[in-house]
Amino acid sequence: MSENLTLPAPQGTTGTSAENLLEVKGLTKHFPIYGGFPIRRKVGAVQAVDGVDLTVGVAESVGLVGESGCGKSTTGRLITRLLEPTAGTITYAGQDITHASRRQLAPVRSEIQMIFQDPYSSLNPRQTVGSIIKSPMEVNGIEPEGGREKKVRELLELVGLNPEHYNRFPHEFSGGQRQRIGVARALALNPKLIVADEPVSALDVSIQAQVVNLLKEVQKELGIAFLFIAHDLAVVRHFSQRVAVMYLGKVVEVGDRESIYNGPRHPYTHALLSAVPEVSAEEDAGRERIRLSGDVPSPIHPPSGCRFRTRCWKAQDKCATEEPPLVQLSGNRDGHLTACHFPEDPTTQRDEDVVLDPALRSLEESASED
Amino acid sequence: MTSPAKAEGSGPTVALEPDLEPKTEPVQAEKKLEGRSPGQLMWQRFKRDRTGVICAWIVILYFVVALAAPLLTKISGTDPYTLYGQDPTYQDKPVLDDFGLPLGYFGGLSGSHWFGVEPQYGRDVFAMLVYGMRTSLYMALGVTVLMMGTGIVLGLIGGYFGGRTDYWIGRVTDFFLAFPQQLFFIAFMPVVTAFFVDPREETPTYFRAVAMLIVLWVLGWMGMARLIRSTVLTLREREFVEAAKVSGASPGRIVRKEILPNVVTPILVQFTYQLPSTILTIAFLSFAGVGFVEPTPDWGKLFANGAKYTEQDPAFIFFPGIALVIFVLAFNLLGDSVRDAFDPKSGR
Repeated sequence: MSENLTLPAPQGTTGTSAENLLEVKGLTKHFPIYGGFPIRRKVGAVQAVDGVDLTVGVAESVGLVGESGCGKSTTGRLITRLLEPTAGTITYAGQDITHASRRQLAPVRSEIQMIFQDPYSSLNPRQTVGSIIKSPMEVNGIEPEGGREKKVRELLELVGLNPEHYNRFPHEFSGGQRQRIGVARALALNPKLIVADEPVSALDVSIQAQVVNLLKEVQKELGIAFLFIAHDLAVVRHFSQRVAVMYLGKVVEVGDRESIYNGPRHPYTHALLSAVPEVSAEEDAGRERIRLSGDVPSPIHPPSGCRFRTRCWKAQDKCATEEPPLVQLSGNRDGHLTACHFPEDPTTQRDEDVVLDPALRSLEESASED
Repeated sequence: MTSPAKAEGSGPTVALEPDLEPKTEPVQAEKKLEGRSPGQLMWQRFKRDRTGVICAWIVILYFVVALAAPLLTKISGTDPYTLYGQDPTYQDKPVLDDFGLPLGYFGGLSGSHWFGVEPQYGRDVFAMLVYGMRTSLYMALGVTVLMMGTGIVLGLIGGYFGGRTDYWIGRVTDFFLAFPQQLFFIAFMPVVTAFFVDPREETPTYFRAVAMLIVLWVLGWMGMARLIRSTVLTLREREFVEAAKVSGASPGRIVRKEILPNVVTPILVQFTYQLPSTILTIAFLSFAGVGFVEPTPDWGKLFANGAKYTEQDPAFIFFPGIALVIFVLAFNLLGDSVRDAFDPKSGR
């Protein structure tokens, strides 16, 4: 599929450099499954990530969305090199870091940081906030002006915590405050790229906005590029300039925020967007609803051809035999790529509901008969 | 977004001067208020725990008594090697009757024999106890520290690195666990001794101690290694370890700084159980005839002898027994307190 690939150029909307900070090509991660007796051998693989192409520009914020288990987090972990990719390349600022060892990574390490999902397990309960934020600087031998402790206090202030909390332990903070500590730790090394792995999904809704706004501020002020992994489309819309939609280990659609939210072409993006609850003034404003049936297919035996075809209402024979390439469709803006043989019209408006779940359909039918 | 420091911040410092905190200078000025390091906090938590402090004094007292055994016996005017019942020098002050049992009440308590005397030989129980404590306590401490150290290192390595390393360390652990321990203590002691000392010669006491140390160490580290390994396994996948990896920390640093502080609790708990039980194991070795031999005073041997005399002279075991009960109790309670002090989540 690589010959069809047209890498999306950074969007003009960001107004920043056209240079790509991070470039991911054909990124693949297969987790082997061992079985058999008496000699254990590889009997299969969970194809968590299967050929993901992605770019993040300098100071750009890219959202990565998709439902649970589609490989978003694995992609994030591959990019931060917590996991070893099975195939593909990761290029950071022109440097191939796909299989770089810890020592080779050292100069890049401080520039790629991560914010974790669970603020309750991402902070060491036995360390004070000060030493948690300080330790990345110690590891990388960074000696900021005025000492590390001063820098930590500045960071605490930057993320909206009291600098006097320096000597406190993580359990003394609420979830939102803990996530701020996690943000401060990620900022301690002055990174250029932060992979945020569902940074707000473990938080209370009222706190989510605070943390997202904090990240947004940080991004704007410090010019840090973000790869924002989330399943909450509203949060991604608020935060990201570009959005990539993943399904079962593949990117099915990528484009700038307006294109994805207002003119999605892939049926899966449609379905995903229709699941976002919206508050509307008039009752029953004719919002389309797409209810997919069944579950995401097993990533151990993904469907042939297009991976979405088992749940797609437009699927035809071609979808089973031929894998749709991720290309720019006619009528799309620059950089809006879709992997679909039979794309939707570029609109989210729909005349009638698509209800694929047979049980749900019969329920609704009986309800309308009454 | 309203200033979250004010919105979310809790604690007295915020309440005191909420308007000053964004500036740098007040922070410097307020430093004294919050300048308590985790170590100081730990010490404060410990000092507040009255049980812990009392137990700490008791345990320190035991170790001091053990160290100062020669001084104490100088005060009492006795020593653990003299057979007061048989030595002709002490014939004018008989301590045993015709049956070899102590004269007087409660195992022969008297001004010169504070804790009574041993039946048959008439050795001074007080002197034997303090000297025996010296042997047992420091032997047990050495063995326990060695066992713990080995177990912690192997457990951390196996648990953190996993895979093949873990597999082989696990198999070695299993191999050593498969030995019937007590049988092998007895079987190995002469082997180890014969390995270094000519069997025709008398084995020096220091070498008996070294041999016991080696045997107990080699056959005793497995429990700790297993315990630490299992704890590390649960910690290894936590996100703070991944965060450390993302910052580029070396495996050594992750194990030392991120994982080790989190396994302090099981280490301390295990240590407080292990030390008293090692004292008993050393006693068992003496009892089985492969540990210390007469006339080396040993706490454990007092119990072995006490079991022999218990029908005729139950008072003999009383003081060594009480001493051990108090020590084990104090040591366990101390371990609990130290663990609580180490845990930042326990009340401050």
